[in-house]
Amino acid sequence: MTPSRPPPPKGRSWSWRSQAFRGVVYQVLALALLLAAAAYLLHNTFANMRLRGIQSGFGFILQPAGFAIGESLLPFDSSDSYLYSYVVGLSNTLRVALVGIVLATVLGTLIGIGRLSRNLLVRSLCGTYVEITRNVPLLLQLFIWYFILTELLPPIETAMHAGHFFFSKNGLQFPLPQWESGYGLTLAGLLVGAAGAWGWSRHAQRRREATGQALPVWLPGLLLTGVCGVVGWMVAGMPSEWDLPERTELNVVGGGSVTPEYLTVLFGLTIYTAGYIAEVVRAGIQSVPFGQHEAAAAIGLSRGQELRLVLLPQALRVIIPPITSQYLNLTKNSSLAVAVGYPDLVSISSTALNQTGRAIECIALVMACYLTLSLLTSAFMNFYNARSRLKDR
Amino acid sequence: MLKKISQRAALGAALAAGVLCTMPAHAGKTLDAIKARGQLVCGVNPSLPGFAAADSQGNWSGLDVDVCKAVAATVLSDASKIKWTPLNASQRFAVLQSGEIDMLSRNTTWTLTRDASLGLHFTGVTYYDGQGFMVPKKSKITSATKLKGATVCVQSGTTTEKNLNDYSKAMKLNMKPVVFDTQEATNKAYFAGRCQAYTTDASGLASVRNKEASNPDDHLILPELISKEPLGPSVRRGDDEFFAIVKWVVFALIEAEEYGITQANVDQMKSSTDPVVQRILGVSEDTGKLLGLDKDWAYRAIKAVGNYGEIFERNVGPKTTLKLPRGANNLWNKGGLMYAPPVR
Repeated sequence: MTPSRPPPPKGRSWSWRSQAFRGVVYQVLALALLLAAAAYLLHNTFANMRLRGIQSGFGFILQPAGFAIGESLLPFDSSDSYLYSYVVGLSNTLRVALVGIVLATVLGTLIGIGRLSRNLLVRSLCGTYVEITRNVPLLLQLFIWYFILTELLPPIETAMHAGHFFFSKNGLQFPLPQWESGYGLTLAGLLVGAAGAWGWSRHAQRRREATGQALPVWLPGLLLTGVCGVVGWMVAGMPSEWDLPERTELNVVGGGSVTPEYLTVLFGLTIYTAGYIAEVVRAGIQSVPFGQHEAAAAIGLSRGQELRLVLLPQALRVIIPPITSQYLNLTKNSSLAVAVGYPDLVSISSTALNQTGRAIECIALVMACYLTLSLLTSAFMNFYNARSRLKDR
Repeated sequence: MLKKISQRAALGAALAAGVLCTMPAHAGKTLDAIKARGQLVCGVNPSLPGFAAADSQGNWSGLDVDVCKAVAATVLSDASKIKWTPLNASQRFAVLQSGEIDMLSRNTTWTLTRDASLGLHFTGVTYYDGQGFMVPKKSKITSATKLKGATVCVQSGTTTEKNLNDYSKAMKLNMKPVVFDTQEATNKAYFAGRCQAYTTDASGLASVRNKEASNPDDHLILPELISKEPLGPSVRRGDDEFFAIVKWVVFALIEAEEYGITQANVDQMKSSTDPVVQRILGVSEDTGKLLGLDKDWAYRAIKAVGNYGEIFERNVGPKTTLKLPRGANNLWNKGGLMYAPPVR
């Protein structure tokens, strides 16, 4: 580019030699082509469907589904509608994705930090973990976990058990506190305690900013929450009814349970995604200039304090955007659950698709669900990113 | 620069024209397409020995496979000119609708929803089946009514899920389905002991038990059949000509059994004096012309795979490893349901 170039002419020139005009023409053309292609595809689809007598429309989603769902948080009966079966499928997807995101973040952060450890054994173990999990396809990992959980565990008749915990090919079954009105007070106590803990942490922060004196935050906070919860429970009369899993002739029934399918998907997604998150965390920490490490050492921070107070907060700015896409990947990868029989959104949708034959509608619904989930996740992560960004003052 | 732009514009215009001028896929004329291609494209189950399975050389065999072979023999005069397309339960209808296969012969249940809303026609019933349960013998369960609270392995994309739920509700059994997307995954999970029972069509259970179990005697197929599962081939809607051909090939195979025409004697039978036999084999009347075929159409089908009874005995009957009784699949005059409208 030469500095002597004249500035672009002001106003609109309708000449083909005007770059601005050509730009507009190309954009209009491109848009028209895109719309024409979309219209053609839609028209072709509908014409073919009409020709073959394939029925379409979303009318089916309020009809009774007629199939059962093996496991779900929400109660589902086969007389409920297809729409509700999608809601249940979505809840199953969320159940595995949310827990997976939390676990993968914790595990991935630990391993990412471990890769920078001064201990050779820790460093190389973490390196091996990352290489293995990132380089074996996720579907294969799911099959391995499913094989371990279904082939190697004992059948339900001879389930491993400790007290009222049963672990077998049927999954993990555990006691659940039976909901009574008394637990409302316990919950209220916990909430009050948590609010108190939050107030204490604010106080401690203000105190530190004013005087430089550091007050303990975590231990008193946890204690306060716990004590308030116990007080609420005692005021309510100490309800202690448990729903215990019991052995019957054929099965173990009652209590809470997670199936091997759920555990497979959860383990698989967590361990696979943790490998990627570990690399993101490692790269983030290494992006912090070495001078920060030296400065932290110079003011006498311990290795742990250095990591917690100096390195991680700065690394976070680098880490958040790529970690967001890992969260999105984890959520979308949960659709592989169908391979091991976990009734997630895709699995439910394929059953609905097959019973109704409304392929386009069912797939559109699934796409809409995943798109919404992904957009919500990115919106939240963008908000968090904006918060942890370097503040220009 | 201008040259580049005009090149790009020309390319864009050509692309647009190419996209816009293509007509929607034309339904009908399946027969012409098969003849021009010299090959029948047939959708089958990837692994259901007795109904459809390939051996180590890639040769397909089974009851569903023989139906395709009969159609190929009829329209192409060569039962080997078939391209086999193995299909999952959940893929099969979309593949037929989109025209990737000419016919679907994949142990598919004929139901109202499928017949009326999926853009396909069922061409008849080649196997009358019912849904059943298989359990490990060591569980000591001998009746489906004892499956209270049991987890049951099911393949997705079948009529099975709904039947299972209907039965579970009616009998207050509260069974829990574990749904897999492929038959292989369902088999593996059941034989690994994940489920207390496996459910699918009774013929499918026999096939799976025989092929996948380390010892088939360790598993018991329970006596209860909880549904009607008429299995048969289907074709795409919009081509009545091909629909009629597949339908009448199936009828001709059943009719051949009724009148004693077999793969071995079909040549001698051509000189039979029975007018019905003469009509079927195209000796006296040319029924093929009405179907858009020649007069030997049924002769070629029988010559290629034998009559329905032979197909049954060869693939799934008591002398095979599946050991399925003829039962409802016997001819109508022998106590079964197989009844073909007359070829005349």
